[in-house]
Amino acid sequence: MSDPRIAGASVTQFGKHPERTGRDLFAEAGLEALSEAGIDPDDAEALYYGNFMGELAEHQGHQGPLMAEAIGLDVPATRVEAACASAGTAVREAVKTIRNGEAEVVVVGGAERMTNIGTAAATDALAIAADDLYEVRAGMTFPGAYALMARSYFDQYGGSHEDLAHVAVKNHEHALVNEHAQIQKEITVEDAMEAPTIASPLGLYDSCPITDGAAAAVLTTESYAEEHDLDAPVAITGTGQGGDNLALQDRPHLAQTPAADKAADEAYGDAGVGPDDVDFAEVHDCFTIAEVFAIESLGFYERGEGISAARNGETTRDGDRPINLSGGLKAKGHPVGATGVAQLATVAWLLDGSHPRADAVPDSTVGVAHNAGGTVASTTVHVMEVRE
Amino acid sequence: MTESAQDGEYDAWLDSIESDDGYYLECSNGHGWLPPRRVCPRCHDQDLSAVDLPESGEIASHTTITVPTPQFEDDAPYVTAIADFGPVSVTGLVRDVDPDDVTIGDVVGIDVGERVTTGDRAVVFRPR
Repeated sequence: MSDPRIAGASVTQFGKHPERTGRDLFAEAGLEALSEAGIDPDDAEALYYGNFMGELAEHQGHQGPLMAEAIGLDVPATRVEAACASAGTAVREAVKTIRNGEAEVVVVGGAERMTNIGTAAATDALAIAADDLYEVRAGMTFPGAYALMARSYFDQYGGSHEDLAHVAVKNHEHALVNEHAQIQKEITVEDAMEAPTIASPLGLYDSCPITDGAAAAVLTTESYAEEHDLDAPVAITGTGQGGDNLALQDRPHLAQTPAADKAADEAYGDAGVGPDDVDFAEVHDCFTIAEVFAIESLGFYERGEGISAARNGETTRDGDRPINLSGGLKAKGHPVGATGVAQLATVAWLLDGSHPRADAVPDSTVGVAHNAGGTVASTTVHVMEVRE
Repeated sequence: MTESAQDGEYDAWLDSIESDDGYYLECSNGHGWLPPRRVCPRCHDQDLSAVDLPESGEIASHTTITVPTPQFEDDAPYVTAIADFGPVSVTGLVRDVDPDDVTIGDVVGIDVGERVTTGDRAVVFRPR
């Protein structure tokens, strides 16, 4: 079994590109990833592609073959949908395909076009990741769902909206040098506290923006990389996926994310590492509270202690274990179906030293990507390591 | 969105709430769920029976939503909450109370009300 190497990766500029079609966004990312990888496209044997709301935003289903065609490939192409974890789940499928020996070169990616339908329709589209009968019909939006989780967290463990503001401030600061980021704007704790409320206790700066964008990566075997003299020092050494009840009301705890616990345990076990070995992580901060859940589920903090990590400077770029050096979903943006692969690309670039924030983690050897769908009813965790 | 076809056991369950005859489904091991369910997702037991829903529950968490979906445009701002009825919890709209006064632990009863924007039925909670 060979741990897949990341031969090349690319992300588009994340932001508002309402006029750009999903196929054009993905073509940009996919072609650049293939070019970066330096492989013959004829060697690609499969595409796994993440997308969540293509039917609603573009009236376009059956996107697998469409996207393979968009990057000039004639390969079996499969769209993977797991809400906001669609791309992370696509990565997992690609990893399994390569490990199983079924392919030597696999393209994995994702794209989402969202801003073309406007904020209200996008909010509506995102809400379908929740339980339609029992949640959406009771007015639940995604900010609303995470607000329920945040309030429950405060009630059970303590913490405040101001703690969450520090997460937003940190991630905005991290994104200042990220040219792919949707928001490159420094904010203060006061800005975040005074921003309009979306779903109490969460405000505008607790929420990631609505984003158009795409990401792609080319994965290959260690032997293919050696034979073709590819520069592919980063391997995906651990993969994990966990699930949970879809509706919050059916879970024993509102302030825990056991799907992510399960995904992390599996990925760490697969890679043969533990939380203490991890130098940094890109985690799914669709809302500031989600970063808190993520760093607790990844084992970096005990339950109830992750809330103060950003405020204490432990997860900032000069902290012990930086979280979301890209700016996270919060500032980098969150084109839903692309996010998991954008995280993968970020971790690879931080490990190989080519990311603009790589100076925050010199000599790092282990990075993690955590991609969550819905209210964390789906989660993937991938461990990546430098393997010269 | 309400279509012409009913949503089977879900609409039947709403009917039961509306007629003060609410129930939930309980497996042999006491795990509670709302319909439709054929199996307990926690212990795989398929022997689910209808049990009377307690008359009151407690707010487990709540949020006041100011940025709604189009289907709740005229409802906003509104309070969505999860209320704990013991073996089951239910999500609903909190009515008849100032949003700023809703707190975790508040005791509520369950009913069926209308959504302002669409007129569709929805689970609502009121203080008891």
